[in-house]
Amino acid sequence: MNLLYAIFIDPFVQMGGAPDLLVQTLWEGLVAGVLYALIALGFVLIFKASGVFNFAQGIMVVFAALTLVGLHEKGVPAFLALAMTIAVMYGLAFAVERLMLRPLVNQPDIILFMATFGLTYFLIGLGELVFGGNPKVMIADALFLPKGAIEFKFAGGFVSLQKIDIAAAVIASIMVVALATFFQVTRIGRALRAVADSHKAALSVGISLEQIWVIVWFAAGVVALTTGIMWGARSEVSFSLQIVSLKALPVLILGGFTSIPGAIVGGLIIGIGEKIGEFYWGPLLGSGIESWLAYFIALVFLLFRPQGLFGEKIIERI
Amino acid sequence: MRAPSETAAGETLLAVEAVSLSFGGVKALTDVSFDIRRGEIRAIIGPNGAGKTSMLNVVNGFYHPNTGRITFKGTTRPKMRPHEAARGGIARTFQNVALFRGMTALDNIMAGRTLKMHRGFFWQLLRHGPAMAEEVEHRRKVEDIIDFLEIAHIRKVPVGRLPYGLQKRVELGRALAMEPELLLLDEPMAGMNLEEKEDMSRFIVDLNDQFGTSIALIEHDMGVVMDLSDRVVVLEYGHKIADGTPDEVKGDQKVIDAYLGVAH
Repeated sequence: MNLLYAIFIDPFVQMGGAPDLLVQTLWEGLVAGVLYALIALGFVLIFKASGVFNFAQGIMVVFAALTLVGLHEKGVPAFLALAMTIAVMYGLAFAVERLMLRPLVNQPDIILFMATFGLTYFLIGLGELVFGGNPKVMIADALFLPKGAIEFKFAGGFVSLQKIDIAAAVIASIMVVALATFFQVTRIGRALRAVADSHKAALSVGISLEQIWVIVWFAAGVVALTTGIMWGARSEVSFSLQIVSLKALPVLILGGFTSIPGAIVGGLIIGIGEKIGEFYWGPLLGSGIESWLAYFIALVFLLFRPQGLFGEKIIERI
Repeated sequence: MRAPSETAAGETLLAVEAVSLSFGGVKALTDVSFDIRRGEIRAIIGPNGAGKTSMLNVVNGFYHPNTGRITFKGTTRPKMRPHEAARGGIARTFQNVALFRGMTALDNIMAGRTLKMHRGFFWQLLRHGPAMAEEVEHRRKVEDIIDFLEIAHIRKVPVGRLPYGLQKRVELGRALAMEPELLLLDEPMAGMNLEEKEDMSRFIVDLNDQFGTSIALIEHDMGVVMDLSDRVVVLEYGHKIADGTPDEVKGDQKVIDAYLGVAH
């Protein structure tokens, strides 16, 4: 009876009793969620266009952030370094298309998936070789990212919002909306969706697969860079950052691998879910549930909607 | 039989010369030659497995022939890729409808305009100014095609939900949106009922008359082939066994043998 009370009643009593804490937790969940959505978006873009689950998305986040910080350390002004990093991500997209996707065209998905593992280890090696393996500090000041916090009174307590979190949420939201709109309404967006639906038909109307692949890998690279800057500014730039990208997995399961709105909603559900879960239900299990709660939520969803919230319904002709 | 249109005797648009294609040990095409003249409807017929679809795949660059040459509009390109063929003015439909299933009929046909739209990446990003004007302009052309094919009522429906006959029509619309000079139709009437076949035949004849589009047509329904086409190529086991007007082909002993079988 006590246990049932602790699970079903007590957390809500706590929420009602201290609304300021609830708002604080929701806010942190929201920020994490927006960043998860951004990472998931990187996966979705590539998955839609080439049917490849890009295991290297996480390391691309680290690689982009490392390049940015590394260039700055070598004396390049911050915004020039930013532009150069974007150029590097374009070069990466181009090289991936030429050296990885093109020779492997028409191979089974699992082969391409394995190739992205190869890419992961290549990028880890290259990153360490060029910029060293030590954790670095994101050049948040040089990029004029705000720091400090805003505090305000709320329902008898204080809620404190880190300015960097606000910036991250705003920038990530803009990015997500811009990409979603771009791929929904423009010619290139239509071409991308066409490629996602049928390679053969896309080719027949004159869409160049190579060009689309470069564009989506580049878009995923820019998304990775943005994620790297934001996440790096909140903690540090190191190779362990790629673990964050694994959080995109439950987000993708939740939202569906092919849906951009799904990535957004899925990210928010996972972000908010894990913070609320950790704060209110975590103590029952001795805390630290944040690291696996996301996967648990995804698992429950998987039982009821295997195609995800927004994924295309899987209909098989028999 | 259809009276040959005046344009039917036009210059050679596509010349296929001595094309052979094999997959490992399987010979799909052996030493096939034929031509398509500007403005004509050219049927490619033959029993199942004769290599008809392989022939179309060679023409639009999905396959590259092992030997032989393909000359389109006077230029020969040894390894033309599909998007290059599309750029050159070759459009096609597929035997098993290959549409973008998640998109609406309208978006599918708009996708056919991809090559005609030129505004750069950044204008599109802004969705403003010239890019917007361009989108509107192309949208108008697409609406014309939709009217022509009489599919206005289904333009906002995701094509995955449409009945088969209409999907084939949308696919034709997507090919037409490319304003092709040569249209390759792979069994446009397969699996259709009589009424749908009559509609489709009408569209094919009309678009040939109105736009002067040259058409290569694979079809099994002999009645349709004889009615529509100006000239017919007959393939069997990857070899060309006859080539001529529908009447000539109909009377050819080899063709009769191929279709009815012959006593050995």
